[in-house]
Amino acid sequence: MTKIIAYYGYEDGSGEYYIVVDSAKCTGCGECVKNCPKSVLETATIMVDVEEQKVAVVKEEYRRKIKYTCAPCKPERKQPPCVVSCKQKAITCIWETAEPACQSTRF
Amino acid sequence: MATVAGIDMGVQNVKVVILKGGEILSYGLAPSGFEPEKAAEQAFEEALGKAGITPSQVVHVAATGVGVELASRVDSKVSVVSADAKAAVHLYPSARTVVDVGAEESRVIRCDGKGTVLDFAINERCAAGAGAFLEAMARALEVRLEDMGRLSLEAEGTVSISATCVIFGESDVVSLIHKQVPKHDIARAVYDALAERITSMIHRVGLEPPVVLVGGVARDVGFAAALKRKLEAEILIPDHPEMAGALGAALHALEKVGEA
Amino acid sequence: MSGREVEYWRWSEYRLTVPEVKPENAKVITAGIDVGSVSSKAVVMVDGQVYAVGVMRTGSSSLDSARKVLEWTLEGTGVKPKDISYIVGTGYGRVNVPMANSTLTEIACHAKGANYIWGSTVRTILDVGGQDIKAIKCDEKGRVLSFLMNDKCAAGTGRGMEVLADLLKIPIEEMGAASLRVDEEPEPVSCTCVAFARTEAISLLRRGWPKEKVLASYMRAMAIRMCNLLERVGCEKDLVITGGQSKNIGIVSRVEKIIGIKPLPPPNWRENGLDPMVAGAIGAALYAKALYEKSLNRA
Repeated sequence: MTKIIAYYGYEDGSGEYYIVVDSAKCTGCGECVKNCPKSVLETATIMVDVEEQKVAVVKEEYRRKIKYTCAPCKPERKQPPCVVSCKQKAITCIWETAEPACQSTRF
Repeated sequence: MATVAGIDMGVQNVKVVILKGGEILSYGLAPSGFEPEKAAEQAFEEALGKAGITPSQVVHVAATGVGVELASRVDSKVSVVSADAKAAVHLYPSARTVVDVGAEESRVIRCDGKGTVLDFAINERCAAGAGAFLEAMARALEVRLEDMGRLSLEAEGTVSISATCVIFGESDVVSLIHKQVPKHDIARAVYDALAERITSMIHRVGLEPPVVLVGGVARDVGFAAALKRKLEAEILIPDHPEMAGALGAALHALEKVGEA
Repeated sequence: MSGREVEYWRWSEYRLTVPEVKPENAKVITAGIDVGSVSSKAVVMVDGQVYAVGVMRTGSSSLDSARKVLEWTLEGTGVKPKDISYIVGTGYGRVNVPMANSTLTEIACHAKGANYIWGSTVRTILDVGGQDIKAIKCDEKGRVLSFLMNDKCAAGTGRGMEVLADLLKIPIEEMGAASLRVDEEPEPVSCTCVAFARTEAISLLRRGWPKEKVLASYMRAMAIRMCNLLERVGCEKDLVITGGQSKNIGIVSRVEKIIGIKPLPPPNWRENGLDPMVAGAIGAALYAKALYEKSLNRA
């Protein structure tokens, strides 16, 4: 099975925020979906090359809001429930806030 | 009773509060522009003038804000987060959650009854999380920022702005205008978008009512209404919300001279 | 800015056919249709070879755009839409290609297309469009190994460049070259956020910085951001850069310097039809062939 590692989320001026799903390890079991307090995740059928595979994905409408939807789980301090609940370790979370010192008019 | 001053070196405006004992004597405000040190002097002079006192009568000056190093007379510094918490509890003794939406940064603070910070979250370096978002959307809507709030209250329908970026948001607004969506509906969508982000931040530190809303954006009726909608909790807004940081700094100055 | 059409590095609508490819003897004709927010592309392949390409502006209805671009591409070729055995649709967001047999993500199609255009050595693709940035890792067959897609933040997108072009009153096509006219590369602007970077640029201008230096500082910050995204998926050679920004030498040269890998040069597409802008549609047409053959095997 060809793997696809999908990085859902973004990096902006304030930091990097991603929920990462590895299709080679994901069985589409839906544990992470059940454990997410904000219903950010769902299982969907994706194409891995020409084959179909059921995997966990971040819902389309949340992919640009990860910093806000996932912040209450405090990923900078501990592994969020989606990550903890996955037995296959298919889902991981990257959460890095940028160093302050953005100086728009301050020099 | 000692006379102290608090200076908040904000990105857009420098604010000054002069306090005697626990009583606010006067306020001063000057746009920071590109010469914040001058603005600080100007705001300070304005406040002194209104209070009818001379600089030497001010026993202690505490400063806060993004450009705090640039204020000319600073006897002590305090973080914006601490200043906000102190000010909120001073104005509303039951306050436990403080929301400060500034021009470029927004903060949510949870505190105790003494104004000690328990937890906080800062939204910075991304214009979509602060007042800059409203400014840019007002430009795209071709309304004045000061009018957009009232305009949004006239909204009849709901649309949404999905963009999470000031730059993309401008394009969203332009296409909504092209689709003939009435401006008051778009204005409401703008406030909803920002309020949603701020509400998420509030839930991140934990919502403990009552919530005190401060910062320049608190004056905006459109934002206050949107936040109330999204949060579904009581929101208290002081008369001079933009002065909260400076007030908190002044209260810190009081503590420094032993009159907490 | 209202009402102005958003275009980065101006392109014209065009269509072409590749003379060496003969549809009359085709075993299978497939098509890929890529409907983007700004442009719609159609590629028709004969037995897996690019035969016809068409690029036109996306109208207000993406449904119409899909049909239009395919018809326009086939006009005068003798090939009719009904001769096509399998069509794959792709594009930005909830794409609507009504006559498609399947829809695939633009990520998968783009990687497959890049592999076709540049060859099997391509491993990393940086696609910098008008409103989004994609970083894709693929294998020697153009199959996606990892990807990230950013359309949340304008930093580094063509739209973000337009903001600076407007501020400095420099035509977008000249920004890249202008940014290289500096004696020494300045520090990047401290804010990645375009809204704040713009304010910072104003400060720099007031301090007496020439436009070229301000541009250099801004481009450097944007290039750093793109490299951060590349490093997130892991950048390996061979690297290719696609999208409107691939024509911005200010960005391309800085990305090369920061990441330490020289991107492959763009192909001679006016002759062979392999325009990187249609990589998605090429990939879609290739996947159309693969899925068609798969369906035959199953029948």
